Amino acid sequence: MKSILLSVQGTDILGNPSGFVGFVNYTRMFSDPDFLQVLWVTFAFTILTVIPSIAIALVIALLLQSRIRGVRFFRTAFALPFAFSVATASVIFGVLFNPASGVLNGILSQFGIDKVQWLTNPDLALWSVSGATVWMQVGYNLLVLSAGLGALPEDVMEAARLDGASGLRLQRSIVMPLLTPQLFFLIVVGTIHSLQSFGQIKILTVGGPEDRTTTLVYSIYEQAFANNNSNYGYASAQAMVLLLIVLIITALQFGVLERRVFYR
Amino acid sequence: MSTETPVTPVTPKPRTATPSKPARSPRKPSNIGTYLILGVLFLIVLFPVYYGLVGSLMGERDTNSFPPALYPKNGVHPENYSKALDIIPLGNQYLTSLLQTLGITLGQMVTSALAAYAFVFLNLRWRGFWFAVFLSTMMIPFESIIIPNYLLISQWGLKDTIAGLTLPFLATGFGTFLLRQSFLSFPMELRDAARVDGAGHLRFLFSILLPLSRPSLAALGIWSALSAWNMYFWPLLATEDPKHQTIQIGISQLQSSDSDSPGMVLAGVMLALFPTLLLVIFGQRFIVRGLTTGAVK
Repeated sequence: MKSILLSVQGTDILGNPSGFVGFVNYTRMFSDPDFLQVLWVTFAFTILTVIPSIAIALVIALLLQSRIRGVRFFRTAFALPFAFSVATASVIFGVLFNPASGVLNGILSQFGIDKVQWLTNPDLALWSVSGATVWMQVGYNLLVLSAGLGALPEDVMEAARLDGASGLRLQRSIVMPLLTPQLFFLIVVGTIHSLQSFGQIKILTVGGPEDRTTTLVYSIYEQAFANNNSNYGYASAQAMVLLLIVLIITALQFGVLERRVFYR
Repeated sequence: MSTETPVTPVTPKPRTATPSKPARSPRKPSNIGTYLILGVLFLIVLFPVYYGLVGSLMGERDTNSFPPALYPKNGVHPENYSKALDIIPLGNQYLTSLLQTLGITLGQMVTSALAAYAFVFLNLRWRGFWFAVFLSTMMIPFESIIIPNYLLISQWGLKDTIAGLTLPFLATGFGTFLLRQSFLSFPMELRDAARVDGAGHLRFLFSILLPLSRPSLAALGIWSALSAWNMYFWPLLATEDPKHQTIQIGISQLQSSDSDSPGMVLAGVMLALFPTLLLVIFGQRFIVRGLTTGAVK
């Protein structure tokens, strides 16, 4: 309730404290090439994090379904990253990404590859931050998918096996369709989550190099809070864009796409 | 479930798929491939965890050499931890984080319980409408309303206080939703019996309903505690004085203040991680429960 009230105030705050300025912030925003880049970075970051984190989690979840020894051990181990906050994970990745003494370059050097500027190379920084973010999200996705797999109806599985389905055939024709609710949920939640990412960008790249990792939320922070900018009006306009995007995605969840998901 | 083969747009039916990886078949013993992929993924996923822990015990000779050591070659350095404690006011920050987490967790449990109770057991007018309004608050990203929240907290002089850290998070749509699901399965006869015995709303809620809803409450509590302890954006704005900052802000500043001793920085990370690691290891089943309530419809 309070959130709704405040979000309305959020729109009112446009132009405050300098008074009401109408849609100036909005027109400025969409004619600003910097902001268009922010939107592009946000979009790229979301794609680069959501799809790999679901794909990796799916592979692990399916492998953990197989009847091998040590599944319980693996399951607990894979749940550990879940305890990491964005801040703790980002600080660790900052150490790993360090070009001069980081482990990543250390490993690459064994193969004779030169030191890579993970976070300061404009072409690479977004990929690096995305990689760290994928790591942060895999644990959650894995838990959701494992819960979904655990709830698969045994009778359906058994019937399929009696019909001679096994291996990949079974996975793709029976397991995956039954898992679509979870997969769909993860795509929506993951997208919204990625859109809101902030800590890893603040800690790893501070939006740089050349603003190539400045996502929408980081841009809001930069406009409103960094260096005492206090550009509240302009930042609020961007915040409304964020709100709108998230609401559209949520509406998609309940509207169009959900009908295409196979429910039992 | 109908017996017809479901036709889904998501997965095309593969006719050519060969059963090269019989992951689910109990008979075939070709598990080596499974172990291999699992092992590689295990190494990749767990490496940052491993390095965080081991690195926190390594001296600068190990961490700053190139290529860096993957284990403490030149002795174990537990003094990294005391150094980390010296540089940032970690004790204060631990306390702040703890109070913030407690405040948010308790607050969310109480408000969620009361709200869920109202939605299930009270004959409100427009019940469905209010519930929809409540749920819609779940969909508003906090980042999009962080500016008005910040201005409000500043105006009220609540920066650098526990109140400022907790206030925006005292109510949650997620918690209300989770407890409502649990309350809905509560047998109505028991509630009627309680009423006949003269139990009022609050008494019924606190001495009968909530004790019987313990698993859901635990799930909510663990989720709230995890997310409160791990918050970053809001504590960054709501606090300025290092003494009043949370541990999450503390370790990120530890990193920027001294990038020459990764061991010490990682020691700070491990200290911040410790409580949530315990929560995840011992609260796993509740975490799954909290998540399936949200995920599976």
